Amino acid sequence: MAHETYLLDRSKLANSHTLEVARADGAYAALRKVFESSMSPESVVEEVKKSGLRGRGGAGFPTGLKWSFMPNHESDSRTRYMALNADESEPGTCKDRILMREDPHCLIEGCLIAAFAMRLDAVYIYVRGEYRLPYDRMQSALDEAREAGIVGDNILGSGYSCEIHMHKGAGAYICGEETGLMESLEGKRGHPRPKPPFPAGFGLWGQPTTVNNVESIFNVPFILARGADWFRTMGTETSPGNFLCGISGHVERPGVYEVPLGMSARAIVEDLAGGVWKGRSLKAWFPGGSSTGVLPADMLDTSMDHDSVKAAGSMFGTGAMIILDETASVVRSALILARFYEHESCGQCSQCREGTEWQEQIINRLLSGRGKSGDVELLVDLSNGMFPGKTICALSDAAAIPVLAAIKHFRGEFEACISSPEEVLA
Amino acid sequence: MALTAALKAEFDKLCTKYPHRRAGLIPALHRCQEELGGWISPETITDCAEYFELEPVEVYSVASFYPMFFLSPVGQHVVSVCRNISCDLRGASEITNAARQHTGAACGESSEDGRFYLEEVECQGACTSAPMMVVDGKYHEDLEPADVARILGEIQ
Repeated sequence: MAHETYLLDRSKLANSHTLEVARADGAYAALRKVFESSMSPESVVEEVKKSGLRGRGGAGFPTGLKWSFMPNHESDSRTRYMALNADESEPGTCKDRILMREDPHCLIEGCLIAAFAMRLDAVYIYVRGEYRLPYDRMQSALDEAREAGIVGDNILGSGYSCEIHMHKGAGAYICGEETGLMESLEGKRGHPRPKPPFPAGFGLWGQPTTVNNVESIFNVPFILARGADWFRTMGTETSPGNFLCGISGHVERPGVYEVPLGMSARAIVEDLAGGVWKGRSLKAWFPGGSSTGVLPADMLDTSMDHDSVKAAGSMFGTGAMIILDETASVVRSALILARFYEHESCGQCSQCREGTEWQEQIINRLLSGRGKSGDVELLVDLSNGMFPGKTICALSDAAAIPVLAAIKHFRGEFEACISSPEEVLA
Repeated sequence: MALTAALKAEFDKLCTKYPHRRAGLIPALHRCQEELGGWISPETITDCAEYFELEPVEVYSVASFYPMFFLSPVGQHVVSVCRNISCDLRGASEITNAARQHTGAACGESSEDGRFYLEEVECQGACTSAPMMVVDGKYHEDLEPADVARILGEIQ
């Protein structure tokens, strides 16, 4: 079934990352339209609010609303920033990498429109250190755009000026958390800050700051060029637009597919990704990255939008589906994720620092045939003690939720590690 | 090895991006690791501390937080195999085994001849082309175990 696309259209052109190709394909037309139609910054924020765009970084918070939290520029004369979160590191998620690599100019255009709307002085694009090629592509695109008068002073002759800077991280998942990212950008350990104060009031270097995800900002030029009403023709009432669904694991054709929000998970797995690989059947699937609770096969008719996945007892997250076939071990997946969160915990809060380590130890014990009676209950109790709202940031929640979901839907598999350890070891 | 004049000039330019000099520290540590022996030596820490007007322990606390920085010497070529879920589901452990065999290094260690350092790493953001490994910063994706010897064998 064909659906309208826009996010990845340009990236199908040869040399889509260059200014020449991107401009011929309409890059910066939305920015020009904003300037030439004399839109006020407030009306740009209104248009994004009206579009219903929700953040694509995991939380699904309305982007326009977030922008409107920035303080009034007349009563608050501090320097204003955006930190663009390109620290993509939620396991399963690899969409921002493609956007930066293949269509950096669209992202720059989105940053500039956001910057104009929030009257920003500068934008920092925080790219995870491992993403060398996407970083280099973004830097080249930025250099080209600056040369062409699109970035920096007096953008496109509008009188508005804004700098965009590239910044390289060094491989820590926690720096994808907005306050951890800001600490890291300031040259410190990526320790999340307690909230409040929120970034709009006290962000980078204590100045008003908005943190947005790459894919969220990437949608902005399309919304301004074609209108909020057009945007709402795709997706659902509460989750409009298309999203990039990265589907990985046990499918025939893993990949990053552009689909409207609200498409059924089954259609994505079966029609786009070619179904479960090797003719096997489905056992379980993560709807939106490793931090979203795993769901059983019989829930595959769930629609992929924020409300529907929430109603199914999980979260939409980054929309990155991870597929487990009938031969996969849910307990092993739980171990891999527990090990990941233990590795990535910044160590500030004891619930997270100790909890993730204990989770890993217990699951490891189960999988090595040394499980004790009561271990599953212990794991549940422990995980329930790690959230909600007990720690500075949500990494602890992100570690607890997948373990609890795995036990909720596949308790028998965990119990079997204790009752038949010889089968687990085999 | 102290910070070279070229690195200092590069850092002077780097720091103009930020209202506070310290923000340049992490990008600067990357450049130090690339240019000064593949790791962050105690001398690099002292030199960066001096450059950024910080105490050495502050630089150490930052460098030790981030997995991409090595605080002890590593082999000439760094081989990082992703061990996270999407790669694991598609055979990451076989990729690690092949890398172990070819390099002769255990995970988290360098080979005896000093040519390779092998490590397992968390998600690198290439999940839809799993399994994958990174060699000296370059991504190699959609791997079969047999690809590992070929890719590592082609390194001069």
